[in-house]
Amino acid sequence: MTHPPVLITGARLPDGQPRDLLLEGGRFADPTSAPADVRRVDADGLLALPGLVDLHTHLREPGREDAETVRTGTLAAARGGYTAVLAMANTSPVTDTAEAAEHVAALGRRDGCAQVVPVGAVTKGLAGEELAELGLMARSAAGVRVFSDDGHCVHDSRLMRRALEYVRAFDGVIAQHAQDPRLAGPDACCHEGEISGRLGLGGWPAVAESTIVARDVQLARLTGSRLHVCHVSTAETVEVLHWAKGLGIAVTAEVTPHHLLLTTEAVTGYDPTFKVNPPLRPDEHVTALRQALADGTIDAVGTDHAPHARHDKEHAFADAAFGMVGLETALGVVAATMVETGLMGWEDVAVRMSTTPARIAGLAEQGRPLAVGEPANLVLVDPSRRTRVDAADTLSLSRNNPYSGLELPDPVVATFWQGRPTFTR
Amino acid sequence: MNAEEINRSLARIAHQVLEANHGARDLMVLGIPTRGVPLAARLARLMGEVEGHPVPTGQLDVTMYRDDLRSQPTRPVGRTVLPGDVDGAVVVLVDDVLYSGRTVVAALDALHDLGRPAAIRLAVLVDRGHRQVPVRADHVGKNLPTASHERVQVRLAETDDVDAVAILRDTPADTGVGTEGTR
Amino acid sequence: MKHLLSAADLSLDEVTGILDLAEEMSQVQSRPVKKLPALRGRTVVNLFFEDSTRTRSSFELAGKWLSADVINVSAKGSSVSKGESLRDTVLTVAAMGVDALVIRHMASGAPQQAAQWVDAHVLNAGDGTHEHPTQALLDAFSMRRHFRASDPDFDWRDKTVAVVGDLTHSRVVRSNVLLLRTLGARVVLVAPPTLLPSGVQSWPAEVSTDLDEVLGSADVVMMLRVQRERMSGGYFPTAREYTVGYGLTRDRLARLKPGAAICHPGPMNRGLEISADAADSAASLVLDQVASGVAVRMSVLYHLLGGDDEGGTR
Repeated sequence: MTHPPVLITGARLPDGQPRDLLLEGGRFADPTSAPADVRRVDADGLLALPGLVDLHTHLREPGREDAETVRTGTLAAARGGYTAVLAMANTSPVTDTAEAAEHVAALGRRDGCAQVVPVGAVTKGLAGEELAELGLMARSAAGVRVFSDDGHCVHDSRLMRRALEYVRAFDGVIAQHAQDPRLAGPDACCHEGEISGRLGLGGWPAVAESTIVARDVQLARLTGSRLHVCHVSTAETVEVLHWAKGLGIAVTAEVTPHHLLLTTEAVTGYDPTFKVNPPLRPDEHVTALRQALADGTIDAVGTDHAPHARHDKEHAFADAAFGMVGLETALGVVAATMVETGLMGWEDVAVRMSTTPARIAGLAEQGRPLAVGEPANLVLVDPSRRTRVDAADTLSLSRNNPYSGLELPDPVVATFWQGRPTFTR
Repeated sequence: MNAEEINRSLARIAHQVLEANHGARDLMVLGIPTRGVPLAARLARLMGEVEGHPVPTGQLDVTMYRDDLRSQPTRPVGRTVLPGDVDGAVVVLVDDVLYSGRTVVAALDALHDLGRPAAIRLAVLVDRGHRQVPVRADHVGKNLPTASHERVQVRLAETDDVDAVAILRDTPADTGVGTEGTR
Repeated sequence: MKHLLSAADLSLDEVTGILDLAEEMSQVQSRPVKKLPALRGRTVVNLFFEDSTRTRSSFELAGKWLSADVINVSAKGSSVSKGESLRDTVLTVAAMGVDALVIRHMASGAPQQAAQWVDAHVLNAGDGTHEHPTQALLDAFSMRRHFRASDPDFDWRDKTVAVVGDLTHSRVVRSNVLLLRTLGARVVLVAPPTLLPSGVQSWPAEVSTDLDEVLGSADVVMMLRVQRERMSGGYFPTAREYTVGYGLTRDRLARLKPGAAICHPGPMNRGLEISADAADSAASLVLDQVASGVAVRMSVLYHLLGGDDEGGTR
């Protein structure tokens, strides 16, 4: 595991201060103690941020290794500046037992280019009927703390209440995919509005998300438990979160990069690349989401990186799989939508994409300051670097990239996890 | 040709048709759009004046029977209007200019799908030569020897406000006026 | 014309051209030889992912009467479950060297997607709850004949067409609204609020939830099929209540504007959205609509395939 020491010189930290960083034995060490023959990385003009943490990644292994593996998914993560990813439970088999969680964690230790943290299912088989073995997953070697049926909403109110109550014993958090299945059923694939009506696509109304979040924050208040809201996509949900946080309810929320940049307009050509759940929303929602991420109503960015094999995407829009890749482009999209617009500085980016997600997931070794003694997880960033996105230019196995052809910031220059380089340009 | 020459040619053709047919019995005069249609109407009227009763006339669109459909953008299709059953009729096909002969072949194919005439005759106002298929006209208003780079422009009062036939030596921009080489 | 994917693809001139030619084509049905050679050597594939015997037969006859080689490929059943993607299916069929693909699919947008993958002309024969442009063309054809019968020089801008019923799930209404806008007619959409498509306010049509208020001003009343399974979706309480509110009942039939016509894209739910009296009345154009189908589709096929492969119109 140990890697020869690396001395990074000239990088500025998120607070703007330049500082040399010595990476030794997986941790930051005093740079003045660097041996004379130390490997040097000239980071003049670059920013150093703590390694990014993705609360919401689909690695597809086990089960769909044709779409992504732990290896390729974490390679893509490293290229995107990530040093930890939370691997969603909707694999095959579902991560709903201690054994399954330990298997994912072991795959991560064997193949990972970033820390792989298994997310446990809330209900058995993601079926929304009985609780999965939440406690055993928490006690397992994988130490699961985040539970989610992502892809499915824990819709049954009583079940959701029980899940929240139960995980309080081990400081777990329920990450809810908020979608009322009666308001947004299996046919829902496009934001309900003028475009869905015109295109004849099943409508996914904004309230199908916000009504579930409104219920869940009140269940969180009742139970005193932690609730996390996955991929917030609507202005209505932001209003609910704002209200709940004002009451001191323990709720956190994430937004995806694609919901910060893309709008419903993208689906007018019926290109399934833009089919995602929750769906892309109109401008006014995008504006509200950016504002909420800036003011902290939304706590974190989660990619919802959802790789799919071509043959699962090249169907009619209604039949195609939901989801888009996002790990490699996340920081660029956040830079474009939040930094270049003046809504946030890079220090805030570090908080929203590293510190806070690490805290939500309970990861002691992630999202830490770049200081002597801390784990050496960092990403070097060139804020001025830009590129035209090419879906084929990827370390992921999948090509369902909604930004292909767009010119975006591409700031990641190098990523170090546990003191060793996992990506260098 | 000027208006008078055109009228004289048509009158002669009308008499020739009646003579060859021993009267107007079973005659059906069908013009090929665009300028064959008014010519057919005039011929029928002239024959009717001679015979003392109307001679049936109509039009036969041949667009869909052309052999060059696929070499050009989609052509607008004209109308086919038959005054009666073509079975057993003596059909006189009328067109303004006879050139390659391909339009006439298309017209024969079109007629074939509509029934079985007793006989088919061809009357044209101008024969300019350069045949590409073994077709000849039974009645010709005027033979006009031309070079293949020239074009024959027929204008009729019904469609162009004036009766005139001219040979165009250069290639003008498409005026919308009938020049059979562009059809 | 390269493709016909949406009624919005057609200019007024193109619509008029298609309807005019359809009039000519309708004469072919009474000829001894019901065949024109215009599409000889062309291959048309009816690629139907969803059953529709009527539409498929109509396209098949249209192609055959224009001398095209027509084959029917039924790709029914979810291709997702068969493991073959839409793209694979479409490319496989196109690889046989076809000139036109007539695509029917239960999912909105499938023909639009296919058009991006193949060189062949693509004709939308009904996609999900999106569009059905040839149905709108034959509706317009039937209406035009009806209007011309009493006034050969009628102006579409003086006409009001009311479209009544399950607008949300109807591909016919979307194409009709777009086509009738191009022609210039006034369109009034009538449905209970639960069956109004989202964003319908931005469509080029007026919207009402009161059929009786609209009835007297309509020159054509187009009744859309209401599928009984919509009741389980809670769109309306009972069939009886729907009929009372939105059915073309005997009573409403008597209150139609004099000379008004009734259309229905079929198949009809007699007794639900349309009473037997209305369906069989002299005002009904339903059978004319069916009869016009082949002629209109011949015209469309000719416009797509009658020229060179660039798809231009001279």
